[in-house]
Amino acid sequence: MNPALRTGLILCFAVAAAAAMNLQLGAVNLPFTAVLLGLQSGHENYFIVHELRLPRLLLALIVGASLALAGVLVQGVIRNPLASPDLLGVSQGASLAAVILIALYPEVSSLWLPVVSLLGALAAAMILWLLCGRHASPIKIAITGVALAAFYASAIDFVMLTRPQNLNDALLWLTGSLWGRSWEQLWLVLPAVALMPLAVGLCQRLNLNNLGDDYATTLGSAVPQTRFMALALAVGLTAASVAVCGPIGFIGLMAPHLARRLVGGRHQRLIPVVMLTGALLLLLADLATRIIKPPIELPAGIMTAILGGPYFIYLLKKVR
Amino acid sequence: MPDTANALLCTENLCVGYGERPILQDVSLRIPHGKITALLGPNGCGKSTLLKTLVRLLTPQSGRVSWKGEALHRLPSRQVARQLALLPQTQPIPEGIRVRELVAYGRSPYTGFWGKLSAEDRDAVASAMSATGIEPLADRLVSELSGGQRQRAWLATTLAQDTDYLLLDEPTTYMDLNHQVELMHLLRQLNQRGKTVISVLHDINQASRYCDHLVVMHQGQIVAEGKPDAILTPELLRQVFSVDAEIHTDPLAGTPMCVVR
Repeated sequence: MNPALRTGLILCFAVAAAAAMNLQLGAVNLPFTAVLLGLQSGHENYFIVHELRLPRLLLALIVGASLALAGVLVQGVIRNPLASPDLLGVSQGASLAAVILIALYPEVSSLWLPVVSLLGALAAAMILWLLCGRHASPIKIAITGVALAAFYASAIDFVMLTRPQNLNDALLWLTGSLWGRSWEQLWLVLPAVALMPLAVGLCQRLNLNNLGDDYATTLGSAVPQTRFMALALAVGLTAASVAVCGPIGFIGLMAPHLARRLVGGRHQRLIPVVMLTGALLLLLADLATRIIKPPIELPAGIMTAILGGPYFIYLLKKVR
Repeated sequence: MPDTANALLCTENLCVGYGERPILQDVSLRIPHGKITALLGPNGCGKSTLLKTLVRLLTPQSGRVSWKGEALHRLPSRQVARQLALLPQTQPIPEGIRVRELVAYGRSPYTGFWGKLSAEDRDAVASAMSATGIEPLADRLVSELSGGQRQRAWLATTLAQDTDYLLLDEPTTYMDLNHQVELMHLLRQLNQRGKTVISVLHDINQASRYCDHLVVMHQGQIVAEGKPDAILTPELLRQVFSVDAEIHTDPLAGTPMCVVR
Protein backbone atom coordinates (compact mmCIF):
# COMPACT_ATOMS: atom_id res chain seq x y z
CA MET A 1 0.00 0.00 0.00
CA ASN A 2 1.03 3.59 -0.63
CA PRO A 3 2.89 4.65 2.57
CA ALA A 4 1.07 7.99 2.78
CA LEU A 5 -2.29 6.22 2.54
CA ARG A 6 -1.21 3.79 5.25
CA THR A 7 -0.18 6.68 7.50
CA GLY A 8 -3.56 8.29 6.86
CA LEU A 9 -5.44 5.12 7.77
CA ILE A 10 -3.42 4.60 10.94
CA LEU A 11 -4.18 8.19 11.94
CA CYS A 12 -7.90 7.66 11.22
CA PHE A 13 -7.81 4.63 13.48
CA ALA A 14 -5.97 6.57 16.21
CA VAL A 15 -8.50 9.41 16.00
CA ALA A 16 -11.37 6.92 16.27
CA ALA A 17 -9.76 5.26 19.28
CA ALA A 18 -9.12 8.60 20.99
CA ALA A 19 -12.70 9.64 20.24
CA ALA A 20 -14.05 6.47 21.84
CA MET A 21 -11.90 7.11 24.91
CA ASN A 22 -13.12 10.71 25.09
CA LEU A 23 -16.68 9.40 25.26
CA GLN A 24 -15.87 6.80 27.88
CA LEU A 25 -13.46 8.48 30.28
CA GLY A 26 -13.84 11.49 32.55
CA ALA A 27 -15.21 12.22 35.97
CA VAL A 28 -17.40 9.14 35.44
CA ASN A 29 -15.90 6.25 33.49
CA LEU A 30 -18.36 4.42 31.30
CA PRO A 31 -17.96 1.09 29.50
CA PHE A 32 -18.36 1.28 25.74
CA THR A 33 -21.83 -0.32 25.75
CA ALA A 34 -23.01 2.35 28.20
CA VAL A 35 -21.73 5.01 25.81
CA LEU A 36 -23.77 3.51 22.96
CA LEU A 37 -26.89 3.31 25.14
CA GLY A 38 -26.26 6.85 26.37
CA LEU A 39 -26.68 8.16 22.83
CA GLN A 40 -30.41 7.33 23.02
CA SER A 41 -32.59 9.89 24.67
CA GLY A 42 -34.13 8.85 27.98
CA HIS A 43 -31.20 6.67 29.01
CA GLU A 44 -29.56 7.39 32.38
CA ASN A 45 -26.25 8.34 30.69
CA TYR A 46 -27.91 10.44 28.01
CA PHE A 47 -26.90 13.71 29.64
CA ILE A 48 -23.25 12.76 30.12
CA VAL A 49 -22.79 11.15 26.74
CA HIS A 50 -25.07 13.08 24.41
CA GLU A 51 -25.17 16.49 26.05
CA LEU A 52 -21.66 16.77 27.51
CA ARG A 53 -19.16 14.47 25.88
CA LEU A 54 -20.41 14.07 22.32
CA PRO A 55 -20.56 17.79 21.39
CA ARG A 56 -17.26 18.34 23.12
CA LEU A 57 -15.72 15.48 21.15
CA LEU A 58 -17.00 16.86 17.86
CA LEU A 59 -15.78 20.31 18.81
CA ALA A 60 -12.31 18.96 19.58
CA LEU A 61 -12.22 17.23 16.18
CA ILE A 62 -13.23 20.35 14.27
CA VAL A 63 -11.16 22.84 16.25
CA GLY A 64 -8.06 20.62 16.26
CA ALA A 65 -8.33 20.05 12.52
CA SER A 66 -9.02 23.75 11.85
CA LEU A 67 -6.07 25.05 13.86
CA ALA A 68 -3.73 22.49 12.30
CA LEU A 69 -4.94 23.31 8.80
CA ALA A 70 -4.57 27.03 9.50
CA GLY A 71 -0.99 26.27 10.57
CA VAL A 72 -0.20 24.55 7.28
CA LEU A 73 -1.75 27.40 5.31
CA VAL A 74 0.23 30.06 7.18
CA GLN A 75 3.46 28.07 6.90
CA GLY A 76 2.78 27.56 3.20
CA VAL A 77 2.57 31.31 2.72
CA ILE A 78 5.34 32.43 5.09
CA ARG A 79 7.58 29.51 4.00
CA ASN A 80 8.88 28.91 7.48
CA PRO A 81 8.18 25.87 9.66
CA LEU A 82 8.17 28.10 12.75
CA ALA A 83 5.24 30.11 11.45
CA SER A 84 1.80 29.46 12.91
CA PRO A 85 -1.64 31.09 12.91
CA ASP A 86 -0.56 33.03 16.03
CA LEU A 87 1.77 34.93 13.74
CA LEU A 88 -1.15 36.76 12.16
CA GLY A 89 -2.30 38.33 15.43
CA VAL A 90 -5.75 36.88 14.81
CA SER A 91 -6.09 34.86 18.01
CA GLN A 92 -4.68 37.74 20.05
CA GLY A 93 -7.21 40.06 18.44
CA ALA A 94 -9.97 37.64 19.38
CA SER A 95 -8.59 37.41 22.91
CA LEU A 96 -8.49 41.17 23.32
CA ALA A 97 -12.11 41.47 22.27
CA ALA A 98 -13.11 38.65 24.63
CA VAL A 99 -11.18 40.08 27.58
CA ILE A 100 -12.69 43.52 27.03
CA LEU A 101 -16.14 41.96 27.11
CA ILE A 102 -15.41 39.89 30.22
CA ALA A 103 -13.67 42.65 32.14
CA LEU A 104 -15.64 45.73 31.17
CA TYR A 105 -19.11 44.30 30.57
CA PRO A 106 -19.47 41.41 33.02
CA GLU A 107 -23.27 41.79 32.95
CA VAL A 108 -23.48 40.79 29.27
CA SER A 109 -24.47 37.16 28.72
CA SER A 110 -21.53 34.83 28.04
CA LEU A 111 -23.35 33.64 24.94
CA TRP A 112 -22.09 36.83 23.29
CA LEU A 113 -18.49 35.84 23.99
CA PRO A 114 -17.96 33.78 20.79
CA VAL A 115 -19.58 36.45 18.64
CA VAL A 116 -17.47 39.24 20.11
CA SER A 117 -14.22 37.28 19.86
CA LEU A 118 -15.04 36.29 16.29
CA LEU A 119 -15.45 39.98 15.48
CA GLY A 120 -12.15 40.68 17.26
CA ALA A 121 -10.39 38.04 15.17
CA LEU A 122 -11.79 39.38 11.92
CA ALA A 123 -10.96 42.96 12.90
CA ALA A 124 -7.38 41.90 13.63
CA ALA A 125 -7.18 40.25 10.20
CA MET A 126 -8.53 43.39 8.54
CA ILE A 127 -5.95 45.55 10.30
CA LEU A 128 -3.16 43.22 9.16
CA TRP A 129 -4.47 43.36 5.63
CA LEU A 130 -4.77 47.15 5.63
CA LEU A 131 -1.20 47.50 6.93
CA CYS A 132 0.34 44.99 4.51
CA GLY A 133 -1.67 45.42 1.35
CA ARG A 134 -2.36 42.79 -1.21
CA HIS A 135 1.13 42.35 -2.60
CA ALA A 136 3.11 42.19 0.63
CA SER A 137 6.06 39.84 0.90
CA PRO A 138 5.75 36.91 3.34
CA ILE A 139 8.32 38.38 5.68
CA LYS A 140 6.45 41.68 5.86
CA ILE A 141 3.24 39.87 6.73
CA ALA A 142 5.04 37.87 9.43
CA ILE A 143 6.75 40.86 11.05
CA THR A 144 3.62 43.02 10.96
CA GLY A 145 1.56 40.14 12.40
CA VAL A 146 4.02 39.55 15.25
CA ALA A 147 4.10 43.27 16.07
CA LEU A 148 0.29 43.45 16.10
CA ALA A 149 0.07 40.32 18.23
CA ALA A 150 2.46 41.85 20.76
CA PHE A 151 0.39 45.02 20.79
CA TYR A 152 -2.86 43.10 21.42
CA ALA A 153 -1.16 41.07 24.16
CA SER A 154 -0.11 44.20 26.02
CA ALA A 155 -3.59 45.67 25.57
CA ILE A 156 -4.97 42.47 27.15
CA ASP A 157 -2.60 42.87 30.10
CA PHE A 158 -3.63 46.48 30.46
CA VAL A 159 -7.34 45.62 30.55
CA MET A 160 -6.82 42.79 33.04
CA LEU A 161 -4.64 44.86 35.35
CA THR A 162 -7.01 47.80 35.40
CA ARG A 163 -10.11 45.60 35.91
CA PRO A 164 -8.89 42.81 38.20
CA GLN A 165 -12.45 41.96 39.40
CA ASN A 166 -13.01 39.48 36.58
CA LEU A 167 -9.43 38.36 36.20
CA ASN A 168 -10.25 34.69 36.74
CA ASP A 169 -12.86 34.48 34.03
CA ALA A 170 -10.59 36.30 31.62
CA LEU A 171 -7.60 34.08 32.41
CA LEU A 172 -9.68 30.94 32.00
CA TRP A 173 -10.83 32.09 28.59
CA LEU A 174 -7.30 33.08 27.59
CA THR A 175 -5.94 29.58 28.24
CA GLY A 176 -8.29 28.00 25.74
CA SER A 177 -10.54 25.17 26.77
CA LEU A 178 -13.29 22.85 25.65
CA TRP A 179 -14.84 22.77 29.11
CA GLY A 180 -18.55 23.54 29.28
CA ARG A 181 -18.89 23.75 25.49
CA SER A 182 -21.94 22.08 24.05
CA TRP A 183 -24.15 21.85 20.97
CA GLU A 184 -24.76 25.65 20.79
CA GLN A 185 -21.03 26.27 20.35
CA LEU A 186 -20.71 23.46 17.87
CA TRP A 187 -22.96 25.29 15.40
CA LEU A 188 -20.62 28.26 15.62
CA VAL A 189 -17.61 26.32 14.31
CA LEU A 190 -19.46 24.64 11.46
CA PRO A 191 -18.45 27.45 9.04
CA ALA A 192 -14.86 26.31 9.62
CA VAL A 193 -15.83 22.89 8.29
CA ALA A 194 -17.15 24.57 5.16
CA LEU A 195 -13.75 26.25 4.64
CA MET A 196 -11.83 22.96 4.71
CA PRO A 197 -12.63 21.81 1.13
CA LEU A 198 -11.55 25.23 -0.14
CA ALA A 199 -8.14 24.69 1.43
CA VAL A 200 -7.90 21.30 -0.27
CA GLY A 201 -8.49 23.11 -3.57
CA LEU A 202 -5.36 25.21 -2.97
CA CYS A 203 -3.02 22.20 -2.65
CA GLN A 204 -1.12 22.47 -5.93
CA ARG A 205 -0.93 26.26 -5.72
CA LEU A 206 0.64 25.99 -2.27
CA ASN A 207 3.13 23.41 -3.57
CA LEU A 208 4.22 25.83 -6.27
CA ASN A 209 4.38 28.74 -3.80
CA ASN A 210 7.01 26.79 -1.89
CA LEU A 211 9.29 26.98 -4.93
CA GLY A 212 9.62 30.74 -4.57
CA ASP A 213 7.63 33.61 -6.04
CA ASP A 214 9.59 33.79 -9.30
CA TYR A 215 9.45 30.10 -10.00
CA ALA A 216 5.76 29.77 -9.14
CA THR A 217 4.97 32.72 -11.38
CA THR A 218 6.85 31.33 -14.37
CA LEU A 219 4.92 28.08 -13.87
CA GLY A 220 1.77 30.11 -14.45
CA SER A 221 0.61 30.30 -10.83
CA ALA A 222 -0.81 33.57 -9.48
CA VAL A 223 1.28 33.95 -6.33
CA PRO A 224 -0.35 37.01 -4.67
CA GLN A 225 -3.78 35.46 -5.23
CA THR A 226 -2.74 32.15 -3.65
CA ARG A 227 -1.22 33.97 -0.71
CA PHE A 228 -4.35 36.00 -0.13
CA MET A 229 -6.68 33.02 -0.36
CA ALA A 230 -4.55 30.85 1.93
CA LEU A 231 -4.27 33.59 4.56
CA ALA A 232 -7.99 34.38 4.34
CA LEU A 233 -8.81 30.70 4.92
CA ALA A 234 -6.34 30.51 7.81
CA VAL A 235 -7.96 33.57 9.36
CA GLY A 236 -11.44 32.08 9.00
CA LEU A 237 -10.42 28.74 10.50
CA THR A 238 -8.54 30.36 13.39
CA ALA A 239 -11.25 32.90 14.09
CA ALA A 240 -14.00 30.27 14.28
CA SER A 241 -11.89 28.08 16.56
CA VAL A 242 -10.72 30.84 18.88
CA ALA A 243 -14.20 32.30 19.14
CA VAL A 244 -15.54 29.08 20.61
CA CYS A 245 -12.62 27.60 22.53
CA GLY A 246 -10.34 30.53 23.23
CA PRO A 247 -6.77 30.56 21.98
CA ILE A 248 -5.61 26.94 22.19
CA GLY A 249 -1.95 27.35 21.43
CA PHE A 250 0.67 25.31 19.62
CA ILE A 251 -1.61 22.95 17.68
CA GLY A 252 -1.12 25.09 14.60
CA LEU A 253 2.62 24.73 15.09
CA MET A 254 3.01 21.11 16.21
CA ALA A 255 0.53 19.39 13.91
CA PRO A 256 1.98 20.73 10.64
CA HIS A 257 5.47 19.77 11.67
CA LEU A 258 4.48 16.26 12.77
CA ALA A 259 2.43 15.77 9.62
CA ARG A 260 5.29 16.93 7.42
CA ARG A 261 7.53 14.36 9.07
CA LEU A 262 4.95 11.66 8.43
CA VAL A 263 4.09 12.32 4.77
CA GLY A 264 6.37 15.08 3.46
CA GLY A 265 5.57 18.54 2.16
CA ARG A 266 3.29 17.84 -0.80
CA HIS A 267 0.02 19.49 0.21
CA GLN A 268 -2.23 16.88 -1.41
CA ARG A 269 -1.03 14.49 1.30
CA LEU A 270 -0.07 17.01 3.94
CA ILE A 271 -3.47 18.69 4.28
CA PRO A 272 -5.57 15.58 5.04
CA VAL A 273 -2.90 14.23 7.38
CA VAL A 274 -2.43 17.50 9.25
CA MET A 275 -6.17 17.75 9.94
CA LEU A 276 -6.16 14.24 11.42
CA THR A 277 -3.02 15.06 13.44
CA GLY A 278 -4.50 18.27 14.82
CA ALA A 279 -7.76 16.55 15.73
CA LEU A 280 -5.85 13.76 17.46
CA LEU A 281 -3.67 16.19 19.42
CA LEU A 282 -6.62 18.17 20.72
CA LEU A 283 -8.61 15.01 21.55
CA LEU A 284 -5.68 13.67 23.58
CA ALA A 285 -5.06 17.04 25.26
CA ASP A 286 -8.71 17.30 26.24
CA LEU A 287 -8.78 13.71 27.44
CA ALA A 288 -5.68 14.32 29.57
CA THR A 289 -7.25 17.38 31.20
CA ARG A 290 -10.22 15.28 32.29
CA ILE A 291 -8.50 12.14 33.56
CA ILE A 292 -5.45 13.57 35.34
CA LYS A 293 -7.33 14.58 38.48
CA PRO A 294 -11.11 14.18 38.16
CA PRO A 295 -13.42 15.86 38.82
CA ILE A 296 -11.12 18.88 38.53
CA GLU A 297 -10.48 19.85 34.91
CA LEU A 298 -7.52 21.74 33.55
CA PRO A 299 -8.00 23.81 30.39
CA ALA A 300 -6.93 21.95 27.24
CA GLY A 301 -4.86 25.00 26.31
CA ILE A 302 -2.56 24.28 29.25
CA MET A 303 -1.95 20.74 28.01
CA THR A 304 -1.13 21.87 24.48
CA ALA A 305 1.18 24.56 25.90
CA ILE A 306 2.98 22.06 28.16
CA LEU A 307 3.63 19.91 25.09
CA GLY A 308 4.01 22.74 22.62
CA GLY A 309 6.50 24.96 24.44
CA PRO A 310 9.31 22.39 24.52
CA TYR A 311 8.38 21.29 21.00
CA PHE A 312 8.84 24.83 19.76
CA ILE A 313 12.28 25.02 21.35
CA TYR A 314 13.17 21.69 19.74
CA LEU A 315 12.03 23.04 16.35
CA LEU A 316 13.95 26.26 16.86
CA LYS A 317 17.15 24.32 17.50
CA LYS A 318 16.56 22.08 14.52
CA VAL A 319 15.79 24.87 12.06
CA ARG A 320 18.84 26.91 13.31
CA MET B 1 23.77 40.59 -37.97
CA PRO B 2 22.91 37.04 -36.96
CA ASP B 3 19.51 35.58 -37.63
CA THR B 4 17.34 37.99 -35.69
CA ALA B 5 14.94 38.56 -38.57
CA ASN B 6 12.72 35.66 -37.42
CA ALA B 7 12.99 36.56 -33.73
CA LEU B 8 9.94 35.61 -31.65
CA LEU B 9 11.00 37.23 -28.39
CA CYS B 10 11.78 40.92 -28.74
CA THR B 11 11.98 44.01 -26.60
CA GLU B 12 11.31 47.54 -27.81
CA ASN B 13 12.71 50.57 -25.96
CA LEU B 14 12.45 48.74 -22.67
CA CYS B 15 12.87 50.70 -19.44
CA VAL B 16 12.63 48.71 -16.21
CA GLY B 17 13.14 49.82 -12.65
CA TYR B 18 12.04 52.46 -10.23
CA GLY B 19 12.52 56.19 -9.97
CA GLU B 20 14.81 58.36 -12.02
CA ARG B 21 17.57 55.85 -12.73
CA PRO B 22 15.94 52.75 -14.14
CA ILE B 23 17.93 49.51 -14.14
CA LEU B 24 17.31 48.98 -17.84
CA GLN B 25 17.38 51.98 -20.14
CA ASP B 26 15.94 51.88 -23.62
CA VAL B 27 16.81 48.27 -24.36
CA SER B 28 15.75 47.03 -27.78
CA LEU B 29 16.71 43.44 -28.41
CA ARG B 30 15.73 40.64 -30.74
CA ILE B 31 16.57 37.20 -29.39
CA PRO B 32 17.74 34.99 -32.28
CA HIS B 33 15.33 32.08 -32.58
CA GLY B 34 16.79 28.58 -32.31
CA LYS B 35 20.14 29.78 -30.94
CA ILE B 36 21.94 29.98 -27.62
CA THR B 37 22.18 33.56 -26.43
CA ALA B 38 24.32 34.68 -23.51
CA LEU B 39 23.68 37.86 -21.53
CA LEU B 40 27.02 39.15 -20.24
CA GLY B 41 28.15 42.09 -18.21
CA PRO B 42 29.46 43.12 -14.80
CA ASN B 43 27.34 42.82 -11.63
CA GLY B 44 24.51 45.33 -11.57
CA CYS B 45 24.52 45.87 -15.34
CA GLY B 46 20.89 44.77 -15.58
CA LYS B 47 21.30 41.36 -17.22
CA SER B 48 19.22 39.49 -14.62
CA THR B 49 16.62 42.25 -14.74
CA LEU B 50 16.43 41.87 -18.50
CA LEU B 51 16.02 38.10 -18.15
CA LYS B 52 13.20 38.52 -15.62
CA THR B 53 11.46 41.05 -17.81
CA LEU B 54 11.62 38.63 -20.75
CA VAL B 55 9.46 36.18 -18.78
CA ARG B 56 7.39 39.09 -17.40
CA LEU B 57 8.39 38.64 -13.77
CA LEU B 58 9.02 42.39 -13.93
CA THR B 59 6.75 44.92 -15.59
CA PRO B 60 8.43 47.55 -17.73
CA GLN B 61 8.07 51.23 -16.88
CA SER B 62 7.90 51.91 -20.57
CA GLY B 63 8.55 50.01 -23.78
CA ARG B 64 7.37 46.46 -24.22
CA VAL B 65 8.27 42.82 -24.56
CA SER B 66 6.65 41.04 -27.47
CA TRP B 67 6.26 37.32 -27.95
CA LYS B 68 5.34 36.10 -31.42
CA GLY B 69 4.29 39.65 -32.27
CA GLU B 70 1.92 40.05 -29.33
CA ALA B 71 2.42 42.04 -26.15
CA LEU B 72 3.73 39.49 -23.62
CA HIS B 73 1.90 40.97 -20.65
CA ARG B 74 -1.50 40.46 -22.31
CA LEU B 75 -1.13 36.69 -22.76
CA PRO B 76 -2.74 34.22 -20.31
CA SER B 77 -0.20 33.07 -17.72
CA ARG B 78 -0.62 29.33 -18.35
CA GLN B 79 -0.06 29.87 -22.05
CA VAL B 80 3.14 31.81 -21.33
CA ALA B 81 4.23 29.09 -18.89
CA ARG B 82 4.02 26.51 -21.69
CA GLN B 83 6.30 28.54 -23.95
CA LEU B 84 8.83 30.35 -21.73
CA ALA B 85 10.57 28.75 -18.76
CA LEU B 86 12.95 30.45 -16.35
CA LEU B 87 15.44 28.92 -13.97
CA PRO B 88 16.04 31.71 -11.40
CA GLN B 89 19.42 32.12 -9.76
CA THR B 90 18.30 31.05 -6.29
CA GLN B 91 15.17 29.41 -4.92
CA PRO B 92 14.00 28.58 -1.42
CA ILE B 93 14.53 24.92 -0.52
CA PRO B 94 11.10 23.27 -0.37
CA GLU B 95 10.58 21.29 2.87
CA GLY B 96 9.81 17.60 2.68
CA ILE B 97 9.72 17.41 -1.12
CA ARG B 98 11.42 14.61 -3.05
CA VAL B 99 13.30 15.22 -6.28
CA ARG B 100 10.70 13.32 -8.33
CA GLU B 101 7.93 15.50 -6.86
CA LEU B 102 9.88 18.69 -7.54
CA VAL B 103 10.41 17.77 -11.18
CA ALA B 104 6.72 16.91 -11.49
CA TYR B 105 5.83 20.44 -10.35
CA GLY B 106 7.37 21.57 -13.64
CA ARG B 107 4.33 20.01 -15.33
CA SER B 108 1.84 22.27 -13.58
CA PRO B 109 1.18 24.50 -16.63
CA TYR B 110 -0.32 21.35 -18.19
CA THR B 111 -2.08 19.69 -15.24
CA GLY B 112 -5.33 20.59 -13.53
CA PHE B 113 -5.72 22.28 -10.14
CA TRP B 114 -4.89 19.03 -8.34
CA GLY B 115 -1.61 18.48 -10.20
CA LYS B 116 -2.47 14.94 -11.31
CA LEU B 117 -0.01 13.69 -13.93
CA SER B 118 -1.09 12.13 -17.23
CA ALA B 119 1.02 9.52 -19.04
CA GLU B 120 2.46 12.30 -21.17
CA ASP B 121 3.38 14.28 -18.05
CA ARG B 122 5.13 11.23 -16.59
CA ASP B 123 7.15 10.82 -19.79
CA ALA B 124 8.20 14.47 -19.68
CA VAL B 125 9.27 14.11 -16.03
CA ALA B 126 11.24 10.95 -16.79
CA SER B 127 13.05 12.43 -19.78
CA ALA B 128 13.87 15.65 -17.88
CA MET B 129 15.39 13.58 -15.07
CA SER B 130 17.39 11.45 -17.47
CA ALA B 131 18.65 14.46 -19.45
CA THR B 132 20.04 16.00 -16.24
CA GLY B 133 21.28 12.69 -14.86
CA ILE B 134 19.34 12.90 -11.61
CA GLU B 135 17.45 9.59 -11.83
CA PRO B 136 19.57 8.13 -8.99
CA LEU B 137 18.42 11.04 -6.79
CA ALA B 138 14.71 10.66 -7.62
CA ASP B 139 13.63 9.55 -4.15
CA ARG B 140 15.95 11.83 -2.18
CA LEU B 141 14.65 14.92 -0.39
CA VAL B 142 15.55 18.14 -2.20
CA SER B 143 16.74 19.55 1.14
CA GLU B 144 19.35 16.74 1.42
CA LEU B 145 21.04 17.42 -1.90
CA SER B 146 24.32 19.23 -2.42
CA GLY B 147 24.25 22.62 -4.15
CA GLY B 148 25.21 21.19 -7.53
CA GLN B 149 22.76 18.29 -7.28
CA ARG B 150 20.00 20.67 -6.29
CA GLN B 151 20.78 22.93 -9.24
CA ARG B 152 20.42 19.94 -11.58
CA ALA B 153 17.10 19.01 -9.94
CA TRP B 154 15.83 22.55 -10.53
CA LEU B 155 17.07 22.40 -14.11
CA ALA B 156 15.15 19.13 -14.58
CA THR B 157 12.02 20.86 -13.23
CA THR B 158 12.50 23.63 -15.76
CA LEU B 159 13.02 21.09 -18.56
CA ALA B 160 9.87 19.21 -17.53
CA GLN B 161 8.01 22.41 -18.31
CA ASP B 162 8.75 21.49 -21.95
CA THR B 163 8.95 25.00 -23.36
CA ASP B 164 10.51 26.05 -26.65
CA TYR B 165 12.40 28.81 -24.88
CA LEU B 166 14.60 28.19 -21.87
CA LEU B 167 15.90 31.13 -19.82
CA LEU B 168 18.56 30.59 -17.17
CA ASP B 169 20.05 32.98 -14.62
CA GLU B 170 23.69 32.06 -13.98
CA PRO B 171 22.96 28.33 -14.03
CA THR B 172 26.58 27.27 -13.47
CA THR B 173 27.27 29.38 -10.40
CA TYR B 174 27.01 26.70 -7.70
CA MET B 175 28.37 23.84 -9.78
CA ASP B 176 31.66 21.99 -9.78
CA LEU B 177 33.66 22.35 -12.98
CA ASN B 178 32.62 18.95 -14.34
CA HIS B 179 28.94 19.74 -13.81
CA GLN B 180 29.41 23.14 -15.42
CA VAL B 181 30.81 21.47 -18.52
CA GLU B 182 28.01 18.90 -18.48
CA LEU B 183 25.43 21.65 -18.19
CA MET B 184 26.83 23.62 -21.11
CA HIS B 185 26.89 20.44 -23.21
CA LEU B 186 23.32 19.72 -22.18
CA LEU B 187 22.27 23.19 -23.26
CA ARG B 188 23.91 22.52 -26.63
CA GLN B 189 22.02 19.24 -26.98
CA LEU B 190 18.73 20.87 -26.05
CA ASN B 191 19.46 23.60 -28.57
CA GLN B 192 20.13 21.02 -31.28
CA ARG B 193 16.75 19.49 -30.49
CA GLY B 194 15.16 22.85 -31.23
CA LYS B 195 15.14 24.79 -27.97
CA THR B 196 16.12 28.43 -27.87
CA VAL B 197 18.32 29.08 -24.85
CA ILE B 198 18.94 32.46 -23.20
CA SER B 199 21.31 32.44 -20.28
CA VAL B 200 22.91 34.98 -18.02
CA LEU B 201 26.52 33.87 -17.67
CA HIS B 202 29.41 35.13 -15.60
CA ASP B 203 32.22 33.46 -17.47
CA ILE B 204 33.01 35.17 -20.78
CA ASN B 205 35.02 32.22 -22.09
CA GLN B 206 32.23 29.79 -21.28
CA ALA B 207 29.79 32.07 -23.10
CA SER B 208 32.06 32.49 -26.08
CA ARG B 209 32.67 28.76 -26.37
CA TYR B 210 29.11 27.49 -26.07
CA CYS B 211 26.87 30.34 -27.22
CA ASP B 212 25.96 31.53 -30.70
CA HIS B 213 25.03 35.05 -29.79
CA LEU B 214 26.39 37.32 -27.07
CA VAL B 215 24.60 40.33 -25.64
CA VAL B 216 26.99 42.49 -23.60
CA MET B 217 25.44 44.93 -21.19
CA HIS B 218 26.81 47.83 -19.22
CA GLN B 219 24.93 50.20 -16.90
CA GLY B 220 21.50 49.11 -18.05
CA GLN B 221 22.18 49.30 -21.76
CA ILE B 222 23.33 46.95 -24.49
CA VAL B 223 26.83 47.95 -25.62
CA ALA B 224 27.53 45.12 -28.06
CA GLU B 225 25.78 42.12 -29.51
CA GLY B 226 26.63 39.53 -32.09
CA LYS B 227 28.65 36.38 -32.69
CA PRO B 228 31.49 35.89 -30.18
CA ASP B 229 34.28 36.33 -32.75
CA ALA B 230 32.65 39.42 -34.14
CA ILE B 231 32.24 41.37 -30.94
CA LEU B 232 34.82 40.23 -28.37
CA THR B 233 37.62 42.78 -28.51
CA PRO B 234 40.12 44.11 -25.96
CA GLU B 235 38.41 47.51 -26.19
CA LEU B 236 35.02 46.02 -25.28
CA LEU B 237 36.49 44.19 -22.28
CA ARG B 238 38.21 47.35 -21.12
CA GLN B 239 35.08 49.42 -21.52
CA VAL B 240 32.67 46.96 -19.87
CA PHE B 241 34.70 45.01 -17.32
CA SER B 242 37.61 47.48 -16.85
CA VAL B 243 40.18 44.77 -17.49
CA ASP B 244 43.26 44.78 -19.65
CA ALA B 245 42.92 41.59 -21.68
CA GLU B 246 43.95 39.92 -24.88
CA ILE B 247 41.75 37.87 -27.16
CA HIS B 248 43.23 34.57 -28.34
CA THR B 249 41.75 31.63 -30.16
CA ASP B 250 40.71 28.72 -27.97
CA PRO B 251 43.05 25.91 -29.13
CA LEU B 252 40.31 23.28 -28.84
CA ALA B 253 37.07 24.99 -29.81
CA GLY B 254 38.46 27.64 -32.11
CA THR B 255 36.32 30.27 -30.38
CA PRO B 256 37.66 33.57 -29.03
CA MET B 257 39.06 33.38 -25.54
CA CYS B 258 39.87 36.24 -23.25
CA VAL B 259 43.10 36.17 -21.25
CA VAL B 260 43.55 38.88 -18.68
CA ARG B 261 46.99 40.49 -18.67
